[in-house]
Amino acid sequence: MENAGSFWLPKAASSYAADVDGLFYFILYASVVFFVLVVFGLIYFSIRYRKRGKTELTPGISHNTKLEVTWTVIPTLLIMVVFVWGFRGYMKMRVVPKDAIEIRVTAQKWFWSFDYQEGVNSVGDLVVPAGKPIKLLISSRDVIHSLFVPDFRLKMDAVPNRYTIAWFQADDLGEHQLFCTEYCGTEHSKMLGKVRVLSQGDYENWINENSQLGKGLTLEEFGQQVYENKGCMTCHSIDGTAKIGPTFKGVFGHEVKLANGETVLADENYIRESILEPQAKVVAGFQPVMPPYQGILRPEEVDALIAFIKSLKE
Amino acid sequence: MNIIPEKNYLTYPKGLKSWLFTLDHKRIGLMYLFAIMFFFLVGGIFALMIRLELFHPGQDFVSADTYNQLFTLHGAIMIFLFIIPSIPASLGNLILPLMLGAKDVAFPRLNLASWYIYVFGAMFAVYSMIAGAADTGWTFYTPYSIETNTAVISLTTGAFILGFSSIFTGLNFLVTIHKLRAPGMTWFKMPLFVWGLYATSIIQVVATPVLGITLLLLILERVAGIGIFNPALGGDPVLFQHFFWFYSHPAVYIMILPGMAIISELISVHSHKKIFGYKVIAYSSLAIAFISFLVWGHHMFVSGQSELAGMIFSFLTFFVGVPSGIKVFNWVATLYKGAVRFTTPMLYTFAFLILFTIGGLTGIFLGALSVDIHLHDTYFVVAHFHYTMMGGTVIAFFAGLHHWWPKIWGRMYNERIAKITAVLVFIGFNLTFIPQFIMGSHGMPRRYFDYLPQYQGMHELSTYGAYLLGTAFVIMAIYLIHSIFKGKPAGNNPWGGLTLEWQTTSPPDPHNFHEVPVWTHGPYDFDTIKVEPDLEKELETA
Repeated sequence: MENAGSFWLPKAASSYAADVDGLFYFILYASVVFFVLVVFGLIYFSIRYRKRGKTELTPGISHNTKLEVTWTVIPTLLIMVVFVWGFRGYMKMRVVPKDAIEIRVTAQKWFWSFDYQEGVNSVGDLVVPAGKPIKLLISSRDVIHSLFVPDFRLKMDAVPNRYTIAWFQADDLGEHQLFCTEYCGTEHSKMLGKVRVLSQGDYENWINENSQLGKGLTLEEFGQQVYENKGCMTCHSIDGTAKIGPTFKGVFGHEVKLANGETVLADENYIRESILEPQAKVVAGFQPVMPPYQGILRPEEVDALIAFIKSLKE
Repeated sequence: MNIIPEKNYLTYPKGLKSWLFTLDHKRIGLMYLFAIMFFFLVGGIFALMIRLELFHPGQDFVSADTYNQLFTLHGAIMIFLFIIPSIPASLGNLILPLMLGAKDVAFPRLNLASWYIYVFGAMFAVYSMIAGAADTGWTFYTPYSIETNTAVISLTTGAFILGFSSIFTGLNFLVTIHKLRAPGMTWFKMPLFVWGLYATSIIQVVATPVLGITLLLLILERVAGIGIFNPALGGDPVLFQHFFWFYSHPAVYIMILPGMAIISELISVHSHKKIFGYKVIAYSSLAIAFISFLVWGHHMFVSGQSELAGMIFSFLTFFVGVPSGIKVFNWVATLYKGAVRFTTPMLYTFAFLILFTIGGLTGIFLGALSVDIHLHDTYFVVAHFHYTMMGGTVIAFFAGLHHWWPKIWGRMYNERIAKITAVLVFIGFNLTFIPQFIMGSHGMPRRYFDYLPQYQGMHELSTYGAYLLGTAFVIMAIYLIHSIFKGKPAGNNPWGGLTLEWQTTSPPDPHNFHEVPVWTHGPYDFDTIKVEPDLEKELETA
């Protein structure tokens, strides 16, 4: 089912990708034929009939009905083939199989969050079982984003206040790049993710592991896991460099200067508030762009994250 | 020996005031030409800055925010300040009344007003650059454009004002074409350049108000929070896309139809051959203008728009492609049994035919629903619209500029250098944008400040191409400006054209013609009228 990709297209890893590629190549080859015809005519006529000697009258050929009907009808017919083929391929993408596994996709600046029916949440990575149709119920918490997986030929906008739907089925195990393709601001080009296609057994294990959060880890290790997996690291460094947001390094226990001129002590409650309601106290020198994590992180994840930040001393 | 008349529109009357208050369509056209070339330079510099940043992945030249402002300004300037006014307002103003045998456009004062409105609108755009340039992309999609803290209002106000300039020019041309044609010039004896501008003007007048309303609503949304587009207030951000593309899709035909019009003119004149399928070309311009209003939804196949709407828009989109394809066949067929001259304008015409054909054919990929889902918002789209807008309109604009340059200034540029430059433009353009097709179909999303290492090779090629292209334009600017002062007198009819602008002096008299010209033949009757081009006569005597 899966192929390695070609000069023109990346590998085709979803059930409907082959159909899209078939049409892509049909248009490509038909276009090459027309292009060669036009360029050949252009070069041949312009050299064969280049001006030689004195200015003379040229034949007054104003039209040729047979020729014109031919070059109108043939492209029109070809284009109708392309239209019907494209529409049928599109319907394959749009009609979701009844037995599909439903995953909620939430886009926000600048990460993807995936919620599973088992209560598991994953940020950045969309983990799915191979050979099963997956239905994505997509929405956005802020501006418009767009979910794009080139290997699947899958793309759908994430719109605030509305659900959009997409689906796919990947039969082979593997990892696929996921992009945001609707411009969404500063870190648009960093709003990436991966689709990991696992075997049914591995998928079930993954679900189990993630529904028992932080098992076998210290609180700080678990906090680091949250930091890496829930989008924090996109904007906050742990080495002291300022990115979109302030660094986590050495922030705990120190005074923080806010945009409104006040100063607060960075204690547990300040950090907790800054995670769940980031707009409440914005640090001076930074834009108020962080989305609220209320409802995204579970209480135990917030606890772990705070423990992790506390461990990052100067 | 060709001579330049002492009294012409450039020399009489004299003084700065006579230019600032001129009602002469030729002077206004020239003022437009300088203004749009200035913004072509500015937009071009932004393009080169973008390509420099993208040469390697990661940040190496500007920050992500600056990059986002750069591509926004590049798009907005090139579209609103350069391409849309380029052919109609500059070459159209200069040549249209001459072609019709008229003394001026129908409303000379309105014509001057539209230039000042253009400058006024442009000032807002320039102000926006200084005051924290917008970072929304030239499409201003909501709700991002509502919440970003950059200068969205000044840029959209600029575009709003520029719209009026566009409407006024369109209105002026419509009335001029209806009322001021020379005696004997019936509708189907008009040059095809006139037909193209006629179709363009209809779209300008009908579609531009929708853009004005849309941008005004966006401004009100930002200022007053009226809740029409803002989802936080119960508005619909996708509605903005419908409104925006209801103008902006027809607008791409505002851009390409005048380009097609120039090519129809030039392919016939420089092969001294009657145009093949005159009526088909004329009608197809009107057909394109009409259908262009019904295809806006093809920009929104992944926006959550219904499947039925997607199907209808895809179907209609293909029908706007057919007339364009037919035109290409007509142009090539015109060369058959002609007397083809490899002049500079003709080289640009050939470049247009090749590049526009690629632009048109890649549009089929994007019109097909299932394939568009994959290609939407990737570099494939970026390459496609640069092939149509730049490979099409801008190349046609330069074809026309080189064609009418000796009429405008009375002097010729150095053709040898101009031809080499044309080849450089062609190579540079393809080197810039062919790699973008390939990385686009491999999934490289557009408007990305940073990218994955797998796309680096293609980005490097594209950047090399862009700098070659930029160099070619610098050479062009040098030899064109040089020719204004030092060029050889070109003669009244350097190419041997049959249309009326070639019957007056170069540069034309302030009043165009000494007596009302009578139109006794068709615009492309090279089968019955023999005209020897002045440039070729010059060669013989030399």
